[in-house]
Amino acid sequence: MRILCGVAAIFVVLTCHIAAADGIEDEDRRSGFDFMAPETRALQSDDTSNPGMLWVLQGEQLWQQAEGQAEIACSGCHGDASRTMHGVAARYPAYDEATGRPIDLAGRINSCRATRQRAEPLAPESDALLALTTYVAHQSRGMRVMPAADPRLAPFRENGRRLFQSRIGQLDLSCASCHDDNWGKRLGGAPIPQAHPNGYPLYRLEWQAVGSLQRRLRNCMIGVRAEPFAFGAPELVDLELYLTERGSGLPIETPAVRP
Amino acid sequence: MTARALISVPKTAMRGEIVEIRAMTAHPMETGYRTGLNGTNIPRNIIRRFACTYDGEEVFSADLFPAISANPFIAFTLIATTSGTIEFVWTDDDGKTQTASADITVT
Repeated sequence: MRILCGVAAIFVVLTCHIAAADGIEDEDRRSGFDFMAPETRALQSDDTSNPGMLWVLQGEQLWQQAEGQAEIACSGCHGDASRTMHGVAARYPAYDEATGRPIDLAGRINSCRATRQRAEPLAPESDALLALTTYVAHQSRGMRVMPAADPRLAPFRENGRRLFQSRIGQLDLSCASCHDDNWGKRLGGAPIPQAHPNGYPLYRLEWQAVGSLQRRLRNCMIGVRAEPFAFGAPELVDLELYLTERGSGLPIETPAVRP
Repeated sequence: MTARALISVPKTAMRGEIVEIRAMTAHPMETGYRTGLNGTNIPRNIIRRFACTYDGEEVFSADLFPAISANPFIAFTLIATTSGTIEFVWTDDDGKTQTASADITVT
């Protein structure tokens, strides 16, 4: 009888585990902000102390700067970013007609540079690209993450989910092993957050700079000793796409500050 | 890197009031102790000195050292005495300066 109970208990634990492995319930969804120390929260909450605002400031200058052979600035077509870019970051990555794939905000900026401004693409993680992305995403601060409803994105989102749940690297861990199954616990003294994309690009104190979501994803891949995907790789964009669905409804915090 | 600075100065103050001033600039604060990809030293490049002048007179200054983080944030207080311009200057190892200024009205 005791053995039977034991088996039943293991079965219950296993089924609960499988249920938990498929994302986080809406009412449990929490921004990484909630896991931070009060001092770090204060740093983010005040625009005069948030170092991410330096990138917003640079992005504002770049927005108005004419570039490329077309000699046209972002503002030449899009005008006032606070009006035209309001809410854009909330629904990105979006479906790109030209490539038939999802495209993230940084990718869109570079494709706009290539086709409209006829300028060289900005290098991934360059100050200029981060500044422009941060500036554009900042225009949606306070809005809720609202993943694009385009049905053509579904297979890519599914691929993102598969990548999120696939074990990789020498440590044989998936994103879900920590961020779905063990969020709120600690890893080496640091709290494990839920891995939501709502603050990106964000200022990470460890980086002493603003970085993109792709940089963060690559960091985690290196952390589990896997070969990270290259910047701009389709797999990373698919992951970003899945993460926006997984974190939908959270307020955009760009530029967030994280430890 | 584009010159960038964020400053916070109250627009108005009462005479004799203590006001908080905040200043942050974008700077890598490269310590000189790190090595690059090919094993060569990355040369030191830090902000050496920060100074604040109030109506032309220097009222606050600081020497900075390699242990200070990138994008240094400095906050201090001043006594509002007269209406005027508060200017900030950051000078780095390359001799490059970054400046910012704000006006304060004292009543």
